[in-house]
Parts: sequence; C-alpha cells; structure tokens
Amino acid sequence: MNCMTKDTQLPALKTVPSAPAPVPPAAPAAAAVAAAATFDVRQLNVWFGSHHVLRSVSLEILPKAVTAIIGPSGCGKSTFLRSLNRMHDLVPIARVEGRITLFGEDLYGRGVDATLVRRRVGMVFQKSNPFPTMSIAENVTVGLRLNGLRQKALLLERMERSLRMAALWDEVKDRLNANALSLSGGQQQRLCIARALAIEPEVLLMDEPASALDPLATAKIEELILQLKLDYTIVIVTHNMQQAARISGHTAFFYLGELIEFDQTNRIFTNPKQKQTEDYVTGRFG
Amino acid sequence: MNSVAVSGKTGSPAGIGLAPPGKAGDKVFRLLTWLMAMMVLVLLALVGWTLCKGSALSLTRFGWNFFVHSDWDPVNGDFGALTFIYGTFVSSLIALLIALPLSLGTAVYLTELAPGWVRQPAVSMIEMLAAVPSVVLGVWGIFVMVPWLRDGPYPLLLKYFGFLPFLRGPTTGFCILSASVLVAIMILPIITSIAREVFRAVPDSQREAAFALGATRWEVTRLAVLRYSVRGIFGAAMLGLGRALGETMAVMMIIGNSDKTPGSLLSPGNTLASKIANEYAETLNGLPLSALFELGLMLLLVTVVTNILAHLLIGAIGARQPRGA
Amino acid sequence: MNRWYHHWRKIKSSCVSALCLLCALVVIAPLALVLFNLLQKGASSLDLHFFTQLSKPVGETGGGMANAIVGSATLVGLAGLIGVPVGVLGGIYLSEFGSPRMNWAVRFAADILNGTPSIVWGIVVYALVVLPITGYSAYAAGLALGFIMIPLIIRTTEEMLVLVPNSYREAAFALGIPHWKIVLNIVLKTAGKAIITGVLLAAARVAGETAPLLFTALGNDYWNHNLSQPIEALPHKIFIYASSPFADWNRQAWAGALVLLLFVLALNIAVRLVTRGRAPHLAR
Repeated sequence: MNCMTKDTQLPALKTVPSAPAPVPPAAPAAAAVAAAATFDVRQLNVWFGSHHVLRSVSLEILPKAVTAIIGPSGCGKSTFLRSLNRMHDLVPIARVEGRITLFGEDLYGRGVDATLVRRRVGMVFQKSNPFPTMSIAENVTVGLRLNGLRQKALLLERMERSLRMAALWDEVKDRLNANALSLSGGQQQRLCIARALAIEPEVLLMDEPASALDPLATAKIEELILQLKLDYTIVIVTHNMQQAARISGHTAFFYLGELIEFDQTNRIFTNPKQKQTEDYVTGRFG
Repeated sequence: MNSVAVSGKTGSPAGIGLAPPGKAGDKVFRLLTWLMAMMVLVLLALVGWTLCKGSALSLTRFGWNFFVHSDWDPVNGDFGALTFIYGTFVSSLIALLIALPLSLGTAVYLTELAPGWVRQPAVSMIEMLAAVPSVVLGVWGIFVMVPWLRDGPYPLLLKYFGFLPFLRGPTTGFCILSASVLVAIMILPIITSIAREVFRAVPDSQREAAFALGATRWEVTRLAVLRYSVRGIFGAAMLGLGRALGETMAVMMIIGNSDKTPGSLLSPGNTLASKIANEYAETLNGLPLSALFELGLMLLLVTVVTNILAHLLIGAIGARQPRGA
Repeated sequence: MNRWYHHWRKIKSSCVSALCLLCALVVIAPLALVLFNLLQKGASSLDLHFFTQLSKPVGETGGGMANAIVGSATLVGLAGLIGVPVGVLGGIYLSEFGSPRMNWAVRFAADILNGTPSIVWGIVVYALVVLPITGYSAYAAGLALGFIMIPLIIRTTEEMLVLVPNSYREAAFALGIPHWKIVLNIVLKTAGKAIITGVLLAAARVAGETAPLLFTALGNDYWNHNLSQPIEALPHKIFIYASSPFADWNRQAWAGALVLLLFVLALNIAVRLVTRGRAPHLAR
C-alpha cells in the first residue's frame, strides 16, 4: 500500500466501502487512534421535490483528515455535504433517507436536535458571509454568545484562539472592532472559518471555500486547511481538482448524484478504477 | 503563517458553556409572530363585521330605497344615500378624467424623454406630493384654489360652456367640480408612479426594435410601450380611482356640504366619505347612526372592489400601497 | 409627398413630447405651489405663542396650537405602541415562517386595509370602543391610528426582511443557533435600518390623518391630562380653524398646516436620504 505521508497516523485506509466498519458508541475525542469513522454514510438518498438528487451514496469519512468531494456541476456534491449537518432540514421540499452516523450516533435519529448537530459539525460556505452589522470580534463570537456563553474573558480567549487557528489574528488584532465587511475577500473567508471554529465543532465542512478568491488568498486557505486537519475532520467540496490533489488524503468522485469512486487521493488521480473517474480527472468532461 | 495554538477541544458535544437549545424558544416565537400576522385578518373581519352590524338597522328599514332616495332627514327619520352616491362617483370620475392623462403624460416623460439628471428629483417631488396630508391640501384648497377657480376659470367655463345641462351658475366655488380638481391633484402621484413602473417593465428591446424601423419618438412610445401596457394603465387608473373614492378631508372642506342632489357640477354636494365625516360630534344613536354605518359599508365595498380590480390588473398583490384620506 | 409626411410625423412627435413635458410640469407644480403658499401665509404666524399657547377664544390674540402639537405626538406614540409590535412581528412571520397560503391571505388583507379610507376606521373604532367603553378619548384615537399603521408596517417589514440574503440565515443555522435567535439577532438586525424607515413613514402618515380623529378624539381646547379623555391633535385643529369664519383662526390654520407639512416632508426626506440607493443590509 502506498501510504500518504499526510495521514500516516491513520489506521487502515479504506477504498470504496462495501462492508461498513463496526459502529462504536460515542467516544470522548481524546487524541490518538480513533478507529471509528467520523461519518458513516449508508444508502443516503436525497430528493428535492420529485428530483432525485443523491442516489444511494455510501462512504466513510475519516477523522483528522481532509476528504475532498469532486465532480462536475450538478452532481450532488453540495447536497451530500449539506446532509452531513442537516442543512436540508431548512428546505421544505427536501427529503433525506438513509443513515448517517457521526462518531457512531445517528444524525437523523428520532429526537436528535439538528441545532446540536450543527454545533458539532461546522460549515464554511462558498461565498464568505460575515454578518454585516457586526464587527470582526462580534462575528467570531456570535455562535458562542447566541448560544448562551456570556463571560467576557472566556469569549475573548476563544475569539483569539479561533482567529489564530484561522491564520487571521495577526492581521486583525488591532482592529477587532472594525466592521467585518472592511476586510478583503480572503480575510472575510478566514473570518468565517474562525467563526465556525469558535464554537469548537469536531468537523468542518467546506463548500468550495476558495472558489471566489484570488490565487494568493486561495493558497492561504489551503495552507490553513492543512494545519486544521491536525485537529479536525474536514470535508471539502471543490471543483478544482488540483486543489483536491494538494490538500486531501481521500477523494470521492460524484457524478449525476451517484458516488462513482472513493479512494486515496493519489490513487484517484493517478490510477482511478472507474472509467468515469478517469474521464473526469483527465479533463474529458466537467 | 500565524502559529496555530493547540485547539484544546473538549469531548463534550455541546461545547463548554453553551446552553442546550430548547424547542420552546422556537415554538413560542413562531406562535407569537403568527398571532400578530393573524391580527391583520382579524382586523379586516372586524371592520366588515362592525359595519354590517352597525348598518343592520338601516338596511332592514330602508332596503333598496336607501340607494335611490336622496333625503337625509334626521328629524323625520328618513335617510337616503343617492346624493352621496352621486357625489362620490361623479367627483371621483372627474378627478380620474383630469388626473389620468396628466399622469400618463408625466410617466411617459419621466421614463422615455427626461434627461437623467431630471428624473430623480422629479420623481422625488411627485412622491412628496403623495405625502402631503389631506387636511393641508384642504386648507390650500379653501383659501387659494377655490377663490382662484371662482374668479378665473369658472366664469369662463360658464360663459363658453354654460349651455351644457350640468354647468349652471352661480357658484361659490365650493362645489363638486372644485372637489374633483383637488382630488385629482391628490391622486396624481399614485397613478404616475404605477404608470412609470408599468412603462419601465417594457423591455428596451421593444423600443429598440421600433426605433430600428425608423419610428419617431412618439411612435416608439405608442407602439412599443403604451400598447404593451394597457392592462397596467387600467390598473393604475383603478388604484387612483380607489384613492379618490375614499378621499375625505380635502373633499369635506371644499365640496360645500349639501345634502341635496346637485343640479350642476358647480353646485355644492357631498360624497359618502365627506357626509360621514360631517356627522362627527353629533350625538348619534339609533337610526341616524345606522344610516351612517350603511354609508360606511357602501364606501368600504366600493373601495375594496376597486382595489381588488386594480391588483388583478396590475398583476401583483401588493404593488404600491394606495392611501386613504 | 413622402417628405412632407415624414416631417409631419416628426412634428407630431415633438408636439407630443412637449405635451408630456407640460404634463410633468403640471404634476410637479402643486407641491411647489402649496409649499409656497404655506410659507407665504403661515410662516409669519410661527411665533413663540403658536408653539406654547393654548387656543384663545375668538377676538383674543396670542393663541396657539401647543396642545394640538403635543396631542399629535401623544397619539402617534400610542398608535406606535400597537402598530409597531404587531406590524413588525407580523412581518417577521410572513418573511421567516409563513406558508404560501397564509402569506397570500395576510398580504391580501393588508392591501385591502391599506386601501380603506381612514374615515371608515374612525367609525369602526367609534362603534367598538368609543360608544361602549371609553367615550371620546386619546386611547380610542390611538387605537384607530394604530390600526392604520399595522397593515402598513407589516408590508414594509416583510419587504425589507425578504431582502436580507439567505446566506446570512444559512451561516447562522450552520453555527447551531436556534431559529428564533437567528431571526431576532441577525436577520432583524441586518434589516433594522430599513424596517425603522418603514415605521417612520407609517408614523408620518398617521400624523397627518384627520378623519379617524373626528369620531374618536373629538378635540379639546385644553391640555389633555387623562388619556381616556378627548384630546386635540394638529390636523384636527387645522381643520377646525380653517373651516371657521374667523380670520385669526384662519391665519393660525395656515401656520399649523405649515408645521404639519414641514414635519411630514422632513421625515420623508430624511428617510429617503438614509436609504438612498442602498440595499438594506448594506446601510451601515
């Protein structure tokens, strides 16, 4: 097996899953060996009205690693991503069937509060969306404040920590009270990352986070992701294959709502098993 | 690259110090806002019900006669609304007749002809006119407009058109025609703004196609814009009519307040709205009050119907908001 | 022949254009005229007496409209107490929670109510409140004006909230914030300025209303010390004084009309300046 240098601490790498790993009970996320997958997705189907958007998708997302989701426009990448934090709950015509577990717990189980799910699974969007009426500091701490955390000292501490993790602290530490929109596009996106990290999720979902940014800002975001993966599970949707190759350990290729192939990144790009995958990564379509 | 501090995450799924989200907050808030939205429906029902209940006595007593008699006699308990129906419709229709061409011409000017720097100030001024309170226009009407009409245009009107049956002098100036003119001024802004929107909705490609055929400015407007917008223009007119029908204070101050069916446009009269307003501060109960409510019911029905028609024509529920008096 | 016809078409077009310009001038003229006349006839009466004195009997000089001005402020305040919460919360429902059917029904009802003549509100509140409960009072008048504000504010609030981009809501949901907190702290805050302008415009509108007051507030020559008593308001005072045969009162009516118009226009212009060209979520 040609192990990836990025993910050497991980246990056995998985290819397109047939037999799902045994599901352990919810374990405290102490460092080290989490043999359990972060997400265990089985037979996920999503409809928007009568439009069958995702068809029987099954795969496992591994912890403390970057998993990339690639595919041409309209293949269901974003739909897949959004089922991981129950964002489809907000769309009346959306219907989700199948099973997704997060560290062993059923995300869509009866009585599971979607709001709590979203605190564990954070999301960063394609176009940065810092709240326009708030300052930089307020943006970062909004998730904490509106969820009941009031102690100023704790808020400041978390804010600084999140901004450092998002590689933004040095650039904004002197103007924390400036309006968030005064930042550049790349900075705003890192602000959104800091905002998501502040509530201390376990997973970070990223939906084409750098697609609206220039190459320099994109490079900064990619650098950031490589740092973050030491502590978080990251799932990133991207239409930029080179980006997927640069930063991810595993890649899933979607086409027309189906998962075509899921494997280690270098295998997907150099020696894919499926013809469609090969056609896509060599640029024959999409 | 900024140093990344140890993240120090905890295992607790909800994170340190974060309050668990209750379901109660969402439910309560949703219910509260729903109740407030329902208030609008409740208000509408309340208005309709109050007027119906209030006019029940008069409806049962007079039946259809109410609409064809023109006596308003509190002493003898005999009430008829003909004068006011007549006054309402005549004054509103004349107001529309005056205002519609002016508004359309203005709308054409603003959308097709005006240079850029003129447009915004002109539009703003017209919208300001819509904000002028009815009573202010009434004051202006009493002391400026009516004397001017009485001394200038009316004598001329009588001199050249006095053969017409509906133009008979002499007149104090406080008459149906004066009220119509004032109401026309008040409905100019709304017709103009709706007409402007309707004209602006016509895609430029239509105009360009007409120009490319060698049409003149006016022909382009006629062929490409006006013909496209007939429905919208009707809607704008309906909206203006609706506003005119409900106009109260300015009319009340100008129309002369007579309960007799006016013989000419230059005679005093009354509209449904101004008659109701005129009865204020009287001690009202029983039949006179009920008759008043019936007038109110008629006024409501007439404005509701015109507004519904207008919205159907313009195509969107909730285009501009027409204003009452 | 062709050339003559072509010239004729051009002449016709120019005539129509000139006619349209004339129409525009005629339409714009009244505002200028009214303002000019008001300034001409009313400005000179705006002295200290006017703003601080109560009305004096005919024949005495030095009367003013102080109680009317204060009364108007009181009534607009009372109206706002009802109109703003109901309107804003109702607008929130329409924008953030509503179902298509409910929304259509509420909007339809609101549009009908917005097109209802305000005198109708007057007699409705007269029947519902004045006769059975309070008699002529500030409460009744405030209620009538509040009823007028509700459908106005609910429409403008909804329009402004809908303009807030969905991406802000999504980002807030993704942070695991409960829905109601999202609406109050993020959506409402973002549209806040725009919603306030809608409220101010509604306030300006009811400040100028006279008809509903006829059957609810009655009028009062003295200060109102008790909200369940009749109260004077500026538009009503203007109406009384203008309709009277006394020259001194007429003069004061001009002054009152000037004050009222300036107030309404100032509010409208201020609102326009604040929101000029900016989408609500960008107005800082």
